[in-house]
Amino acid sequence: MSTTAVDAPAAPGSSAPRGPQRTKSWRATIGLGVVALLSLLVFGLGTPTGVETTFRVATSTDFIQLPSLTVPAKAAAVTLSLLALALVGFVAYRANQYRKVGIWLPIVFGMAVMGALLTWAGADRSGTTIQLTGLLTSALFLSVPLVFGSLAGTLCERSGIINIAIEGQLLAGAFLAALIASMVGNAYVGLIAAPIAGALVGWLLAVFSTKYWVNQIVVGVVLNLLVLGLTSFFFSTLMSDNPELNQPLNMPDIAIPLLSGIPVIGPVLFDQNLLVYIMYAAVVVIQIMLFRSRWGLRVRAVGEHPKAADTVGIKVNRTRVRNTVLGGAVAGLGGAFFTVASGLAFGKDMSAGKGYIALAAMILGRWSPKGALAAALLFGFADALQQQLGIIGSDIPSQFLLMTPYLATIFAVAGLVGHSRPPAAEGTPYKK
Amino acid sequence: MKLELREITKRFGDFTANDAISITVESGTVHALLGENGAGKSTLMNVLFGLYDADGGEILLDDEQVTFAGPGDAMAAGIGMVHQHFMLVPVFTVAENVMLGHEQVKGPAKLLDVDAAREKVRELSERFGFDIDPDALVENLSVGAQQRVEIIKALSRDAEVLILDEPTAVLTPQETDELLEIVRQLRDSGTAVVLITHKLREVKAVADTITVIRRGKVVGTAEPSASQEELASLMVGRDVSMTVTKGDAEVGGVMLEVMDLTVVDEDTQVTVLDTVSLDVRRGEILAVAGVQGNGQTELAEALLGVIKADSGSALLDGEELLGRSIRDNLDAGIGFVPEDRTEDGVVSAFTVANNLILDLYGHAPYSRRGAIDPKAVANHADEQVERFDVRTTSIESLTGALSGGNQQKVVLARELARDLKLLIASQPTRGLDVGSIEFVHKRIIEERDKGVAVLIVSSELDEVYALADRIAVMYHGRIVDIVEPDTDRDTLGLMMAGAHGAEEEAA
Amino acid sequence: MSDQQKPRGKGKGKSSGKGAPQREAEATDTESPSGDVREDSATASASSTDATAVEATAPEPEGSGGSTEPASSDEQAPRAQSVLREILESSTLVVIMAILASLAIGGLLIVFADEAVREASAYFFSRPGDTFSAMADALGAAYSAMFQGAVLNVDATTFAGMIKPFTQTLTMATPLIFAGLGLGIGFRAGLFNIGAQGQLLIGATLGAYVGFAWHLPWGIHLIVAVLGCALGGAIWGFIPGFLKARTGAHEVIVTIMLNYIALNLVSWLLTLDTFQREGSDNPITPVVDETAQYPLILGSGFNLHLGFLLALACAWGVWWLMERSTLGFEFRAVGANPHAARTAGMSVSKAYILVMVIAGALAGLAGSAQVLGTEKVLTTATAGSLGFDAITVALLGRSRPLGTVMAAILFGGLRASGPTLQVQAGLPVDIIFVIQALIVLFIAAPPLVRSMFRLPAPAHEKEVAA
Repeated sequence: MSTTAVDAPAAPGSSAPRGPQRTKSWRATIGLGVVALLSLLVFGLGTPTGVETTFRVATSTDFIQLPSLTVPAKAAAVTLSLLALALVGFVAYRANQYRKVGIWLPIVFGMAVMGALLTWAGADRSGTTIQLTGLLTSALFLSVPLVFGSLAGTLCERSGIINIAIEGQLLAGAFLAALIASMVGNAYVGLIAAPIAGALVGWLLAVFSTKYWVNQIVVGVVLNLLVLGLTSFFFSTLMSDNPELNQPLNMPDIAIPLLSGIPVIGPVLFDQNLLVYIMYAAVVVIQIMLFRSRWGLRVRAVGEHPKAADTVGIKVNRTRVRNTVLGGAVAGLGGAFFTVASGLAFGKDMSAGKGYIALAAMILGRWSPKGALAAALLFGFADALQQQLGIIGSDIPSQFLLMTPYLATIFAVAGLVGHSRPPAAEGTPYKK
Repeated sequence: MKLELREITKRFGDFTANDAISITVESGTVHALLGENGAGKSTLMNVLFGLYDADGGEILLDDEQVTFAGPGDAMAAGIGMVHQHFMLVPVFTVAENVMLGHEQVKGPAKLLDVDAAREKVRELSERFGFDIDPDALVENLSVGAQQRVEIIKALSRDAEVLILDEPTAVLTPQETDELLEIVRQLRDSGTAVVLITHKLREVKAVADTITVIRRGKVVGTAEPSASQEELASLMVGRDVSMTVTKGDAEVGGVMLEVMDLTVVDEDTQVTVLDTVSLDVRRGEILAVAGVQGNGQTELAEALLGVIKADSGSALLDGEELLGRSIRDNLDAGIGFVPEDRTEDGVVSAFTVANNLILDLYGHAPYSRRGAIDPKAVANHADEQVERFDVRTTSIESLTGALSGGNQQKVVLARELARDLKLLIASQPTRGLDVGSIEFVHKRIIEERDKGVAVLIVSSELDEVYALADRIAVMYHGRIVDIVEPDTDRDTLGLMMAGAHGAEEEAA
Repeated sequence: MSDQQKPRGKGKGKSSGKGAPQREAEATDTESPSGDVREDSATASASSTDATAVEATAPEPEGSGGSTEPASSDEQAPRAQSVLREILESSTLVVIMAILASLAIGGLLIVFADEAVREASAYFFSRPGDTFSAMADALGAAYSAMFQGAVLNVDATTFAGMIKPFTQTLTMATPLIFAGLGLGIGFRAGLFNIGAQGQLLIGATLGAYVGFAWHLPWGIHLIVAVLGCALGGAIWGFIPGFLKARTGAHEVIVTIMLNYIALNLVSWLLTLDTFQREGSDNPITPVVDETAQYPLILGSGFNLHLGFLLALACAWGVWWLMERSTLGFEFRAVGANPHAARTAGMSVSKAYILVMVIAGALAGLAGSAQVLGTEKVLTTATAGSLGFDAITVALLGRSRPLGTVMAAILFGGLRASGPTLQVQAGLPVDIIFVIQALIVLFIAAPPLVRSMFRLPAPAHEKEVAA
């Protein structure tokens, strides 16, 4: 027989083989362009000439002591802004060819603009230096709950369950970690308790979504309220009656020999506590498992086209329940950050919206672990920057820096920074 | 392998979809399951495939009773199915789709062995001459190619029984012939093939045995040598007579004049309508024929304003339609029966009464100065339900609870309640049973006889022949030609595959 | 996304957002229980040589069953809307049972957290009676505190004193009614507005500013301040509506983000001299002028203010809008099936934007109940958790105005009982948020409640299960 007699009945628009999707969208160019220009005008040209900004890169424990880095402020801020503009140019070039840019671009872009901001803010402050290493260390540390939270979101949403309850999972993890660790008297036990609490919340989300077909956004929002109410209730009763059940416990930093001696990167990446190292492993493992393992292929099939998965014998709802419970556990582990990994006792509502920022990081990271990591680091950086600026006494209201993750996310979902496609069956219960 | 279904019964609520159906399929044969829309064929196969639980009866493989808790069991037992709606993950590659559910892994980390899947696709693709690239994304493949991926998927699992559910619904006549050739190859290699269809020609072409199902029951078996008339009367339940009686058209002046209409898809930049020109006169039915997805849907939607036209013009009685809102075009006298009834035609969660004013609510007497008059709405609903014989318990019933035919009547009743200049109906009888089909056709012809210009889009040639006063054939977003209704089926088939158009371009 | 229809090629690839794979409509064989009963239609008689035409045109001689049967298994396909509808239409019995179950679980928590119970349970096996009586004491104290705090103060000597708790309940319910009404409109129009929190805060900010910074005559001042609240909320609602209509940005994400942006914005505004009290550095505004405050409707002994009556008026207005106006008809149609609404000539974009603006304005009015009613100042805590509580109110009220008012009064009562609970039973107010969340979870899953109480499933659910 011949397949060449007639061409495929090419459907205009979709069936004709058409290679990569041709999307010519100028939104990203315009959105990023405005930000880059603002950066150039305010931070670049707004920096007075002739002043310098000093970055301190060494810490007292470094093996090799690097000297502080002092740069001419205006030149540095202008250069960083121009770098941002160059990135915009690249986006425009790709858009003209109907092509998208990778996730790295918005990340590098964000770093450049924030760098410009930092240089501008640190300029002309004789005597104060910007603690670069400290800034990066706290950026990484502050991003820990965001990374775990967005990994949790990715695990759930890839299987088709929208996880708005990340916030509740973080909070539940923080609570149980503090409680159990205090009871046992060992911070590390908290790392075992935390995922259990998160998994429980995840399980509730899964049951209501897959068994009772309740709208997943509704369940997520209500679970957040429930966890907030429960933890606050026990905090005000059980824990305040028995302070020994809620103690600040410390989890020491573990410096990895040799690696932690590398200037700048060493103390930032390799002198952290156990939870941070678990985070590295979690990102790598989930990234590989999701895209290269049998389990990952099935999970993604369930999230994209559950009926197709069902017809090849994959149990759709079972997969979703498992993934949501697993996701809950991952987020719960991230919750341990707030208590045992930060050396703090539990406090009311101490996740303070980090779960929603994690959701944002997941979207910005386009539902992939490495993307989520990048976005979470960016958000953690914004948070750390805000704290640092407070220390050096900058005029920028901290509130505006705190807003950046939220603004970035709105830009992202509005398609201003390239369009991302969520799993197709997300949010839809599977009924036969 | 021999597959036997015994006394399979499946009920949905009070409705019995399968009533003690028994069939036997031997390896190396093609068994056709013939029945009209809604007869219960797909339900039966979903029971066999483990997607539905049967309420009674048993399944035997090589004389041994088996039970399938899910499709996985069915596949493990050697049953493969090509579903009517393809069960492929659009964002996966061909290889990923083929391996899904029975993946091979390698290495200590047990990661996916994509190479093995690629190899399998290549091997099967070569054996049957499919020309499928294992690394192509499924969403970028044509419908025909996707179907071949489905077949590879089933064969890669060593299916000994292959079920094809309405496989030709989306294919051109030529592609259909190719598919039938594949079916013969499969049969010759020892596979038992179950072909589910309502198309007599295909059944006669490949089937070794024919089982006819009507309203959930086996009403007879036939040899492929049986005449089409015999098969048809078995399928429908009585001697069948032909098309709706239709008088000659009393054609008036031009009502709709489309010139060089071009539409480019905003997302993909693909030209979906390419300089389409046609006209429809008062009192005539122009049927647009073509294989699904060649721009007919877009033509109908562009005329109403659902999608944006890039260039060209469309004059309705001298008024430009393009660039105006849907509301303006409806008010200008267009009646629109959308292709996808449940998606675009009715609001399932609304009452019948509310669906009957879905595009009339802004006009008196249904509303005045922004306030709806419930009494006028109810009166209108009572009238239309009576006039169109909509079978519903009440005008306050939810429309989603009605059968497809009754939903379509609601859409027609609503659209025909206004004074129309132009009626656009896309696939007006898709999925309906014969009774409803005839009803809809009669109403459309009545509308024509009132002097309304009618534009029908249909991928069913039978419907085109039943209604058309003239036939426009579309291929790849272009009008291949506009021909008289006595043009024969083979010629139309070739035109639908673009053949005619190609000659013209060359000339 | 949004309502921009895209030409679809392969079959039914209408990829408009969620659940596309399940939404495949039937192509040629729906397996529809063909319910078209037309005995009089067997009229066609002309014979033809083309026998295949029978497939399309031969009439069916007799019907096969009732015509109102489910059209096809495909059409029962899962849809987010139908799930929401299930929430909205759960029966009254289930609502009552859900409330009882939630109170019972709340009781368990109270017992568990009670110091006396824990102490008694330490020697449970020697004197179990002590444990049980401690439990009974704890529960009795809690529930009686709830009742006395929310409904009737039985210890009061005057009638006014007795009914004061109930007026307090109505006062607490006021912002919940406003915001719940707005969210309900959104739910019915298919929009998940999680942003009442931010809309409320921005509305409160604008209204409070008008209230303390402008000094207008009596009457006019209140009206302008109230309108300011509505305007602020409407602006904050417009943003997600506009983004959804124009770019397809999912309103859930955008509204969540806008909540935090609003919080940071207001937190920054409260650092400015314009918003701070003279000579103070605290993030709190001056008290709004008396002319801009809602008058107290039961006299100075009660906190119940005019805002409550305005909320009831809004409830009636929303009922008329959704049930009797053409605009509401459009909103409902867009919510139930945006594609069909668009094909019928409605502007889905316009509906999304309008719904969000109206919902935002109502959330802003909820802010007015705070800054012009009970609190009279603006702080970052003005919104509290009202925006999220309003979601539970709208869900419990099935997005209907009457239901919303009732649900708001229920939850308002829980809130009103908070101080009494603290004083009389020594329980933190958080318990009521737990109960509130539990109620909504149970309401959302009627089968769960029915199985808990062994209630029979309604007929339609049995059919779906089949």
